[in-house]
Amino acid sequence: MKPAALSITDLTVDYPLADGSVVTAVSGVNLTVAPGEIHALVGESGAGKTTIGNALMGLLQAPGRVAKGRIEIGGKPVDIRTGRTDGIVQGKDVGAIFQDPMTSLNPLFTVESQLGETMRHHLGLSRAEARRRSLELLRAVGIPEPERRLKSYPHQLSGGQRQRVVIAAALCCGPKLIIADEPTTALDVSVQAQILKLIRGLADERGVGILLVTHNMGVVAEVADRVTIMLKGQVVESGPVAEVLGAPQHAYAKALIGAVPRVDVKLPRLPVPAQESPGTAAAREQVRARMGGGEEAKAGVLSVDNLVVEYGARGGFFGGSRVFRAVKGVSFTVEPGEIFGLVGESGCGKTTVANTIAGLAKPTSGSVTLGGLPIGAKRGGVARKALQMVFQDPYSALNPRLRVTTAIAEPIAFYHLAATKAEAVEDAALLLESVGLDREAGARFPHAFSGGQRQRIAIARALAPRPRFLVCDEPTSSLDVSVQAQILNLLKDLRDLAGLSILFISHDLAVVRQMCDRIAVMKSGEIVEQAPTEELFAAPSHPYTRELLSLVPSLDKIAREPVAV
Amino acid sequence: MSLAAPNRPAKRRRRLQMPVSVMIGLAVVVLMLAIALLAPWIAPTDPTNVASFDLMSAELPPAFMPDGDPAHWLGTDNQGRDLFSAILYGMRVSIAIGGGAVLVAASIGVVLGLLAGYFGGWVDIVIMRVGDVILSLPTILLALLVSGIARAIFPEAGTAQWAPVILIGAIAIHEWVQYARTVRAATMVEASKDYVRAARVIGLPSLHIMVRHILPNVMSPVMVIATINLAAAVLTEATLSFLGVGMPPTYPSLGTLIRIGNEFVFSGIWWIAVFPAVTLVILVLAVNVVGDWLRDRFNPKLKGR
Amino acid sequence: MIASIGSRLGQAVLVMLAVTAIAFVMFRYVGDPVAMMSREDASPAEKAELRASLGLDRPAIVQYGDFLGRTLKGDLGISFRNQRPVVDLLAERLPATLELVIVATLLSLSVGIPIGVYCALKPDGALTRAIQTISLVGISMPTFVTGIGLILIFAVTLRWLPSFGRGDVVQIGGWSTGFLTRSGWASLILPSITLALYQLTLIMRLVRAEMIDVLSSDYIRFAKARGLPSRYINFRLALRNALMPVVTVTGLQIGSLIAFAIVTETVFQWPGMGLLFIQAVSFADVPVMAAYLLFVGFLFVVINMIVDLTYTLIDPRLRTRRA
Repeated sequence: MKPAALSITDLTVDYPLADGSVVTAVSGVNLTVAPGEIHALVGESGAGKTTIGNALMGLLQAPGRVAKGRIEIGGKPVDIRTGRTDGIVQGKDVGAIFQDPMTSLNPLFTVESQLGETMRHHLGLSRAEARRRSLELLRAVGIPEPERRLKSYPHQLSGGQRQRVVIAAALCCGPKLIIADEPTTALDVSVQAQILKLIRGLADERGVGILLVTHNMGVVAEVADRVTIMLKGQVVESGPVAEVLGAPQHAYAKALIGAVPRVDVKLPRLPVPAQESPGTAAAREQVRARMGGGEEAKAGVLSVDNLVVEYGARGGFFGGSRVFRAVKGVSFTVEPGEIFGLVGESGCGKTTVANTIAGLAKPTSGSVTLGGLPIGAKRGGVARKALQMVFQDPYSALNPRLRVTTAIAEPIAFYHLAATKAEAVEDAALLLESVGLDREAGARFPHAFSGGQRQRIAIARALAPRPRFLVCDEPTSSLDVSVQAQILNLLKDLRDLAGLSILFISHDLAVVRQMCDRIAVMKSGEIVEQAPTEELFAAPSHPYTRELLSLVPSLDKIAREPVAV
Repeated sequence: MSLAAPNRPAKRRRRLQMPVSVMIGLAVVVLMLAIALLAPWIAPTDPTNVASFDLMSAELPPAFMPDGDPAHWLGTDNQGRDLFSAILYGMRVSIAIGGGAVLVAASIGVVLGLLAGYFGGWVDIVIMRVGDVILSLPTILLALLVSGIARAIFPEAGTAQWAPVILIGAIAIHEWVQYARTVRAATMVEASKDYVRAARVIGLPSLHIMVRHILPNVMSPVMVIATINLAAAVLTEATLSFLGVGMPPTYPSLGTLIRIGNEFVFSGIWWIAVFPAVTLVILVLAVNVVGDWLRDRFNPKLKGR
Repeated sequence: MIASIGSRLGQAVLVMLAVTAIAFVMFRYVGDPVAMMSREDASPAEKAELRASLGLDRPAIVQYGDFLGRTLKGDLGISFRNQRPVVDLLAERLPATLELVIVATLLSLSVGIPIGVYCALKPDGALTRAIQTISLVGISMPTFVTGIGLILIFAVTLRWLPSFGRGDVVQIGGWSTGFLTRSGWASLILPSITLALYQLTLIMRLVRAEMIDVLSSDYIRFAKARGLPSRYINFRLALRNALMPVVTVTGLQIGSLIAFAIVTETVFQWPGMGLLFIQAVSFADVPVMAAYLLFVGFLFVVINMIVDLTYTLIDPRLRTRRA
């Protein structure tokens, strides 16, 4: 039997800190990757999966050190006495694929130079020989016109092509093991599918062992043979993909897999434990009472009619002006109390639509009205207050210099929704409780909170002006999967509670399926299909929708335990 | 998630660990500020008062040298002015002009940078183009031009009363651009962040967003630049005075004193130039040590000019 | 590409227009040219006549147009002080300043880049810390203090090197060079070191910062993950990326170096344009001031264009955009 491509026994990685304490990033991990096998290493942020990848690639950052354990690559033991993986010849024994193909190639050198330098160094090839091999590699990774591409600079390639070049560079010296760190996270679904296919092919045809570091369970189900789930530096469960994902044993593994939104069936709630503070239920009741009153309570229909948004790219004196049409005549309506999904790949114009509705971008033509009142760039106070937005990145969504209460109370005071300052602060505290945080949280600054908590705060702030309509732009795509599930549940609760309408923007079909009542699919600035959720998933009518659905990496191929809700 | 993400454990625990050199620098800055402030009470004589000059005791060497007079422990200049007193007063003048220039430049730069960054469009183009043209002339040249023109138009410009105003203007006219550029870039970054977009969706007025949300978040680079620029402004003032278009000899800054001393360097009377020069370098160095540390501490990305 | 060159040209024209406008205003309104050029006892009629003959009674915009036309023809007026054409004065002084600036630039680049690279590669080394400390002292030292210090040590005390003037110069065509004589070189040493020291710290710090930035970039990490030797990564890959901004800064610095030469030339009595300018400032010799301003503005614009062109040649992202 051939020796394993990678065998790790009892690996521990420490970060000794300046004050003498030690943070253990990885502790007692065992892992084996057979030749030709794709072994997925999954876990949420801080699980230690990236640290393992870094250690193997020789990129462990000081003061991090391999404290103990045994590593063998292709049967060859690795010297770890110095705290680093000495003896691994990076590039020759281990190939690496990074997440972002836009930054992992040097912009000043050609593809040929970047592929050839590795081979000339490790294999002592001549320039001509290196070129011949580079050409072969480019063909092997499926780049069109390889002869021309050899002379190209990275900026002349598309994202998918760049990632193929990165893969070719990882392969060029015939390593037994490839470490792929989130290789498709920065890519669109359609490109992701191609790259995953390519990686699968490499394992099958070349017998390379691949350690796939990822957070995406769908990707794991799609391509991996085995999977190891990590939590806080330790392995909680490991085994063949079908077994682990289909019937997880460990409680954390169960929760993690359960939290992955399903594409195949819509559940009323995502099966994760609700995170609520003691006052949540009472606070929600009060928030509902406040939001229910007043003449704006009648949530109007949001109607987007033939919306066109153009960005003018003004050139210089002789450049002329080039206009980019981001949105080309989009129309839809969102009924009161409805969650309406807008899906599409990056660059399809969905975010521009959201920005225009929220008044952050100016429409070129067309109209947006809420309950008959025009909104968008020129909107009156009533409409402005009635429509609020939740953003993608919870880290930048809160002003780092404002205390949480101040941030939430600001719109309350601005719209005179409270008679006194104390009342506004009380209102803010209630909102915090209603999104599942303690009221004491308000006294702190945003940096004291995790990503999920920040997103809760951002939602509380969006609710502060007592809106009737929420625009949510990818509200969970930068969150870990279990946190995502909680936030999605929270948004649903709020809709049920206060009769909010929600425009839900996402690239993730599974999330959209769980959240939305109706869905519109966007492509290149146009809506190609619009239908009630179940109908769309059961019988997609447009070819693009069908393609998207077929490309989504999902757990559906693995029989999952029916989840009790 | 990505490999490029900094390792979290390594980043922690770097609170207020001030290296010894920075503590010394800070102490020196504070000490010199105090001396400058208290100069009239500390200095043995008033170097701006011609009556205190004694031509009989002109060009006396420092007290520790053979012919020194214990009454003038750093010696006297060519007019018999006590050098120690002149240096204390000179420091006061240098710091006041440098600080004044920084205040004026920072105020103008921050306001214009905020406007340019937040509104973009023609506001941005006009402000930045004016800045480009100004930056295409080196500080010292622009300052020389301003003071040269001021002297040609306005004969009073060289007097002790008006020279500081002209100097502050001459230095600030160039330096504001740097603040404006930095604040503009930072404002554009902040304005594209979701918390500002959220404030816009909420409907808060632009002025409120700029002052309350963006300004506090763009101020730390401004503080860093201000510190480093204080050093630069003091140097520019000294250079202008050295070249003879700054403070008049009747009310000398450190640069003026060095200019006076420079004429005597060849005749072996080195102290008139050297003591003010050493004081100037210590002052600027101390400010730079603190500024450098601030820059590395608050904004490792903010590179040297 | 064409668009970017276009907008660059536009900007250059804008800068030149602004500079000529300032120069014109100086010429026309700073000090009274008539008072400067007529005898003390001239009658009002004589003055009016002179005013008319100089064209000073016409509308300002016409005068500005005239001024532009004359400037383009190379006529920059007559110096108030020594009644010679300003262009001749500048041309006489130009070689001295340029030779000083060029030597200083070469000096600062050849020392600054290696030191900067070293500091980036060995960020915690004792030598690096020493260099950092010295460089901080360096930027805290005004040029004239450096100059006076060097004179005190090498000219007054040790008597090794001359402390003023250019030494013997050789005329080649209209160009007077100090490069061909021993005393020319000896005279150049102290001024060029003085001028170079100021720029040296800037270059060093910039190279260091850029290099550190590049070394932590993803593509350098990727190169490490491919097992390339660190010598190759540092010097063949990273250095090239790091030197890109150095090209810009060096170009821009040449402009301010010429201005800084004013100070160096004053300290060393170096007969360059800077000395001419500072003398003009103290005598309120407006035509010379204005012409010097025009010249520096023009030089700056030209250098800017050259830097931009160089950039398109060395950066493939810009080079291939033409295609």
